[in-house]
Amino acid sequence: MDATFEGYRRPDGRVGVRNYVAVIPTSVAAAAVATATADEVGAWARATPHQLGTSQPDAARRQTERVLVGIGQNPNVGAALVVELGTEDIDAEDVADRVAADGTAAETLTIREAGGTEAALDEGETRLHRLNDEVKRARREEADVAELVFGVECGGSDATSGIAANPGVGAACDRLVEAGGTACFSETPEFIGAEHILADRCVDEETRERLLDRVDARESMAELMGVDLRGAQPTPGNQEGGLTTIEEKSLGAISKGGTTPVRGIVDYAETLPVGGGLVLMDTPGYDVESVVGKVAGGAQVVAFTTGRGSTTGNPIAPVIKVTGNPQTWERMSNNIDVNAGTVFDGESIDSVGERVYETLVDVANGRRTESERRRLEEFAINEIQPEELTAEADA
Amino acid sequence: MKGRVLDDTLLLLSDDDTVGTAVDDLEAGTALDYDGRSVTLAEDVPFGHKVALEPLAAGDEVRKYGEIIGTATQSVERGEWVHTHNCESTRGRGDQAATGGETA
Repeated sequence: MDATFEGYRRPDGRVGVRNYVAVIPTSVAAAAVATATADEVGAWARATPHQLGTSQPDAARRQTERVLVGIGQNPNVGAALVVELGTEDIDAEDVADRVAADGTAAETLTIREAGGTEAALDEGETRLHRLNDEVKRARREEADVAELVFGVECGGSDATSGIAANPGVGAACDRLVEAGGTACFSETPEFIGAEHILADRCVDEETRERLLDRVDARESMAELMGVDLRGAQPTPGNQEGGLTTIEEKSLGAISKGGTTPVRGIVDYAETLPVGGGLVLMDTPGYDVESVVGKVAGGAQVVAFTTGRGSTTGNPIAPVIKVTGNPQTWERMSNNIDVNAGTVFDGESIDSVGERVYETLVDVANGRRTESERRRLEEFAINEIQPEELTAEADA
Repeated sequence: MKGRVLDDTLLLLSDDDTVGTAVDDLEAGTALDYDGRSVTLAEDVPFGHKVALEPLAAGDEVRKYGEIIGTATQSVERGEWVHTHNCESTRGRGDQAATGGETA
């Protein structure tokens, strides 16, 4: 197995597997201009349109900023253009300065100052070409697989997820961690009912307590809102796929992180360590926001398991789709990279893990995933809810 | 695959599980023999769904992956389909907290 891949070494030492110029709107008000500008210049520019940021309470705004900065600093990004309307609470100059702190080239574009959308599109194009003149000079060079940060996610789960696709991806995580890399999974609501297993695997008491606190906080949120988690977890789709309770879903979900010790748990979109082993991220149980959190944390490649069939990708990090459902593979193989449904015909989990790991290295070397081929690039930022802010203030 | 498949029909993930997972769309009346025991399906069970391998009383733990996945809400015979109609979660129950009930 290759212990190396070819990637783009960035000024802070981290290694990208793609070489994009990110076009990052600070708010929904600049999202359309960011998308149009990126589309105009070519596939090397990747917009990250989202719905937040015009005016948010402080804690929520800080989280949005952390995501925007993290996206700009993801090693797959060679340079960033931060776009604002000019009225947002989030200041584009501030975001660009924070992105540039790790050596990433960053510029800003203010739609009002440019003289409206038409002028902003012209100006945006000029700036993107200027940034890319520098970015496109980067060449792939040899890097150790230990420098990979691999985000793993599941969405559209069914009973096959916990039996085939998740343990298969987990076996790939185990290989990467053994080689010295970082694997990260998230979605804290989907630790509920399986947290005792994760807690037993924590490397120290501090990590263990932090993990249990986070699970408790997510579970209490359901109580705080007076709602029954059963209405949302498992989702109606999960239930149709054979999952009855959140405990059952969680026990299947945690297997996608493999079997190595839990070395830490970070906040949503907080920077993930390179060479960090298995690290969890505290995120909501919504797959697109959860993927974005890990990409903002520095994951260069994501694996996404699905039982029922999901088409989700990401603008910045390639997303490797894995299904354990033979029927979904048959119906949707043009959206899926790895078929783990083969375990029902006798293939071992270890062998699936080897295929996922090989795919990870191939994709790191530049092979495009099915979602990249189709430019499926969902992007959404988690918004801290008013109830959560109140709970934090009370805590 | 994790666990072992019983008579090409149900996947048993851990030996002390009380449910097995259908590895195909199964029809009512399907009989399986394993470990010197036999179970007959009381109803159709779709691929990925669960079948009781032990009789359960209301309030009994339901086990899969060698872990508790919920409790039975009514008595369940061996060979019956186990899903949301007869098994429920004990976690994240804000509804019970709101009415002063217990949460696990």
